[in-house]
Amino acid sequence: MTAYDKVRTARSTSRPTTQDYIASMFTGFIELHGDRRYRDDEAIIGGLAYLGDKPVTVIGIEKGHDTIERMRRSFGAPEPEGYRKALRLMKQAEKFRRPVVCFVDTSGAYCGIGAEERGQGQAIAENLMEMMALRIPTVSILIGEGGSGGALALAVSDKVWMLENAVYSVISPEGCASILYKDASEAPKAAESLRLTAEDALSLGVAERVISEDGIGTEDFYGRLAEELYGELEALGHETDLPGTRYQRFRAFGR
Amino acid sequence: MALRFTRKPENELEKEGRSLEPHAGETEYVCPNCHRTLPETTLDDNQWVCSCGHHFRISARRRIRMLTDEGSFSELFASIESTDPLSFPGYQEKLEKARKASGEKESVVTGTARIDGMEAAIFVMSPEFMMGSMGAATGEKITLLFEYATERGLPVVGWTVSGGARMQEGLMSLMQMAKTSGAVKRHSDRGLLYITVLTDPTTGGVTASFAMEGDIIVAEPGATVGFAGRRVVEQTTMESLPRDFQTSEFILAHGFADIITPRGDEKRMIAELLRFHGGQA
Repeated sequence: MTAYDKVRTARSTSRPTTQDYIASMFTGFIELHGDRRYRDDEAIIGGLAYLGDKPVTVIGIEKGHDTIERMRRSFGAPEPEGYRKALRLMKQAEKFRRPVVCFVDTSGAYCGIGAEERGQGQAIAENLMEMMALRIPTVSILIGEGGSGGALALAVSDKVWMLENAVYSVISPEGCASILYKDASEAPKAAESLRLTAEDALSLGVAERVISEDGIGTEDFYGRLAEELYGELEALGHETDLPGTRYQRFRAFGR
Repeated sequence: MALRFTRKPENELEKEGRSLEPHAGETEYVCPNCHRTLPETTLDDNQWVCSCGHHFRISARRRIRMLTDEGSFSELFASIESTDPLSFPGYQEKLEKARKASGEKESVVTGTARIDGMEAAIFVMSPEFMMGSMGAATGEKITLLFEYATERGLPVVGWTVSGGARMQEGLMSLMQMAKTSGAVKRHSDRGLLYITVLTDPTTGGVTASFAMEGDIIVAEPGATVGFAGRRVVEQTTMESLPRDFQTSEFILAHGFADIITPRGDEKRMIAELLRFHGGQA
């Protein structure tokens, strides 16, 4: 598979989305809505759930399944309100000392007049700052597209995992190609250069683990992932200085 | 041409007796706003602000000279420069060109300086270096500066100029957003002051990280400040954009900047803010 094949796979509408992971890996999900400032952004889902016997806060970017739902969810492109809702739920998790699990799947933060008016940049910046300091375990799993700052805003975590065909990039290969080669059709070439596959992220230290997609969407697949996640949260629960370790994790890039 | 020197002075710049006539061999600049041609010395005398109000983009060193006490700047982390972490095609040549064009090793200059006698850690981004794009070295210098300031209890003043993340460094560039934000947070949690000055243009990954994380956000008039690029927004939404879309005035009106300060008043304003927060000369 070329890098661009992976990009196409990551974008495929037949892939499981956040709500599938929530429904299959957790029990007793209670969705919580809204950023308490302006509105509820349906591009991000969040709430309370049990992972086994463990109460956790689960948050994820949701692209939706059919066309109508996808439109309602802005195709998984969050507005500032989505990021503010996510941060509200993370702070709530910190207050009640439960871990946070994030699912990331977005081509990027929403691009629009309203998003700019309501401070898209500020909303992402605040998440980066605040996630770094959370005193509870955080794990982010990239399940499809990891589009730049819009993905990072839910991925400043203790551990970052990526599905085998998920991608993570600072810019879309099309965007990169149209800037570098003045031709978006050169995207496959750009995808190669950007080193955006899960394996690349692993070798750069950006991700800790690549999740095999064998049997993706089956009960077995979710069961295996839930088990690994449970183990990880247990281990992180014994850490004494999570914010310090998390800072050093990100501090190491480009030192 | 002759007309320019005989007509009545029509703006402050001329009224104050500054000549519009260039010295021999002097470079002239055309104001992108009013299209007036201005000799370099005239611009120098006016902090590179045209009489029409347009704030020219200026190099990091010029800004440091203009806005900090004479001779007080002491550079830190000057040896840090971009590597090519992904072996990205064509990047080495691009870096070479940027270094030549700017005379800098990276897109940000970091150090300490006094402003009206008060010491601060400062970073100033450079428009001449790939339009201030954020590579790993940019993020590293800014992070080191915040760590330095945190250890010594210094305030940080940062001037931002950036087209955003540097795509040739891929994920390593993206991670700088998280890294710098973490360093800002630690500085902030120590109760220390961070002032950002948004200058033209401040966009993308820099807006979505340390540019928007200041305790006090100052913006230069008319600067472009936003997250997504204007053309991208236009193409995505197919709507006509408000005239002042993504300007300093726009973000102030929407609640994302504290003050708009013209460059001529910038040093006084920053000094006031430093003094208010306990700065001592």
